[in-house]
Amino acid sequence: MTVTTPPSNSAAPVESSSPREWMLENLFNTWYNTILTLVISGLLFWTFASLIIWARTEAKWSVIPANLPLFFVGRFPSDQYWRLWIVLTLICLLAGLTWGILARNVPVLFRQNIVIIISFVCMMMTLVPVGIPYRILLIGMVLLVVASAWGGKQLSKTQPDLTKWLPFSWFICLIISVWLIGGGLGLESVSTNLWGGLMLTLLMSIISILLCFPIGVMLALGRQSSLPIIRFLSIAYIEVIRGLPLITILFMGQVLVPLFLPEGMRPDRILRAIVGLTMFSSAYLAENVRGGLQAIPRGQIEAAKALGLNTPLTLGLVVLPQALKISIPSIVGQFISLFQDTTLLAIVGLVELLGISRSILANPKFLGRYSEVYLFIGILYWLFCYLMSQASRKLEQQLNTERN
Amino acid sequence: MTTNSTPKVPLWRDSRFWKIAFQLIILIAVLSLFILLGTNLTRNLQQTGGTVFNFDFLNSTAGFGIGESLIPYEATDDYSRVLLAGLLNSLRVMVLGIILTTILGVLAGVLYFSNNWLLRKITVFYVEIVRNTPLLLQLLFWYGLFLKLPAIATTAKLFNAIYLNKRGVFLPWPSGNAVWFWLSVLLIAAIASVVIWRWRIKIMVEQGKSGKPQLILLWIMGILAGLIIIFALGWQRPIPAENGRTIEGGLRMTIEFTALLVGLVVYTGAYIAEIVRSGIQSVPKGQWEAARSLGLKPGLVMRLVVFPQALRVIIPPLNSQYLNLAKNSSLAIAVAYPDIYSVANTTFNQSGRVVEVMLIIMATYLSINLLISLTMNGLNKAVQLRER
Repeated sequence: MTVTTPPSNSAAPVESSSPREWMLENLFNTWYNTILTLVISGLLFWTFASLIIWARTEAKWSVIPANLPLFFVGRFPSDQYWRLWIVLTLICLLAGLTWGILARNVPVLFRQNIVIIISFVCMMMTLVPVGIPYRILLIGMVLLVVASAWGGKQLSKTQPDLTKWLPFSWFICLIISVWLIGGGLGLESVSTNLWGGLMLTLLMSIISILLCFPIGVMLALGRQSSLPIIRFLSIAYIEVIRGLPLITILFMGQVLVPLFLPEGMRPDRILRAIVGLTMFSSAYLAENVRGGLQAIPRGQIEAAKALGLNTPLTLGLVVLPQALKISIPSIVGQFISLFQDTTLLAIVGLVELLGISRSILANPKFLGRYSEVYLFIGILYWLFCYLMSQASRKLEQQLNTERN
Repeated sequence: MTTNSTPKVPLWRDSRFWKIAFQLIILIAVLSLFILLGTNLTRNLQQTGGTVFNFDFLNSTAGFGIGESLIPYEATDDYSRVLLAGLLNSLRVMVLGIILTTILGVLAGVLYFSNNWLLRKITVFYVEIVRNTPLLLQLLFWYGLFLKLPAIATTAKLFNAIYLNKRGVFLPWPSGNAVWFWLSVLLIAAIASVVIWRWRIKIMVEQGKSGKPQLILLWIMGILAGLIIIFALGWQRPIPAENGRTIEGGLRMTIEFTALLVGLVVYTGAYIAEIVRSGIQSVPKGQWEAARSLGLKPGLVMRLVVFPQALRVIIPPLNSQYLNLAKNSSLAIAVAYPDIYSVANTTFNQSGRVVEVMLIIMATYLSINLLISLTMNGLNKAVQLRER
């Protein structure tokens, strides 16, 4: 019998992570890696240096502060801005409440990095190039979010029953926002030609995704159905719409919709755009929900039948809740693509964020300032989409741990 | 013996009746909707132009010029020719775009696993930035960048062979009479080399031979092919003309085409990189470890063991990305490249025949869609697990 003795009784080697050793291991470990690292860092340094030099010397940034209202709300009449501030207040209130209620199980809501992020955002708000009262209002909005987050957490502890009214209150908030933005019923009405900028982008994406939801779910159910005509019609609609580029559908919406309606009905351009976007995303949403529907085991439907439920009840009580929960990540991904696809409306002439940037660039005073303007709205779009995709990833993690 | 006769179920509670009735109701609803829309359409068309639904306008003169075209086209040609030119332009972007974006996407996806920290981080930045910005904004950015190229008089040169200026990107290109002959020789050589390679593997595995003669044969074929490519194809360099206003020779890619191609390739490449990354991550780690324990180097592990298994997971989403690229090529209208959609737009603006032109566009895109899907489905079948 061989006895193996350990080579020595010394302690295990200490993993030192000094910067020099980290660099040797990760950046310079082989000869081709060394060359690659040097070449790439040289290129990166040159790019960043020229970018910063351009930003400080050649770029004329005055185009952004001069047109901030246009970027954010289009040609909305400036004496009615108080309505938009009310909309922003409502959204901040509800957003804070949602954050507080969703984080009800987190022991400390305002951890160190959250406090750092909030103070960073407040500092950014002080640097925004608008008048001082507006900067104070913006900081007030951030503090409102913080306060309502704390309030939401308290609410979820003391009265948990009220928290199920949250989705309904978001819906009411949307209706009130559309009333405040559009006018009518006591408020001075603002024509839809004057809506524009980031406000129009957000409004159109949110309304389209809400409208396409029931249609998409019905198409997905129709595609799975055993009734041949329904299945054929659903497949025909989904495959035709998914095979066409969005720009053709939007053009068809703008140009063909008046032709198909009885004479005299000339729907609004924004309404036609929303119809186009809804038709397009309902086909894609149907495919996402179909993925969720296919993940439900057949045993669920058989058990529901054994309990005596007919088809509509089975769908509503057993199948759809599970299917929608599984497909929530892809639905959020669909919303992010829809948000990016609203830029195509600039080609059909609507003045959402990209469209209003192009009309700002057509102003002789700001001719040729493409880079500054496109960089600004590029950063805006990137910020929104990145935050939404991070939120979607967190949501996916939360749902996965709940299921297991 | 008494037989229990089941009580007759009333019609309104019979599910078979409801299945048929429901379908009939939906069918009647959809048909009546179509009839209603159709009558509205014909009435509106008759009121505005007094025109009937037909395709005769395709034979009338187009009257507008387009920026570039693969087939000779004048403004006096008719609409069918301009639509054909647009279609060929679209196909040019789609085919080149699919090839280039696959290369870029696979490269970025594989680099995600490199052992160089800088390369990994750059890949992550590339994917995150490109996926979260709208495609139209990226196309306008690339177009603006290419518009800043210098005029012909002060053209930028790369290696004295590639010229970049406002009129386009000029690359050396084979020209001459014998090009097609040598290209078919190269194609035959490629097919022959694949056949010889498989034969070599077969005799090495089944008969234990060394495979050296075949390897030498393949090397000779490779060197000959290289010589043909360098010398026989007749590369023609672009040369600035005497008056300094044009550049002759070579292949000219207009900046609109280049901007559209680069924008589409970069955008779709980020999505393909994510797909490739998730495909490679789906291969169990045990495969990596077993391959390393067999003595294979990391490059060979990726090529022989991991990537073929990852292909099964990669190909279905790759299909939808190729379809997205084909559909996003319609954004050429924003960078002034005359693809089928942009040409059709001008056609129906000028001729007023909206419905017919829309039908032509729909048919074109749906058939391209079908073609790409059929090819990818064939590829998908080829990489499936062959189970007993």
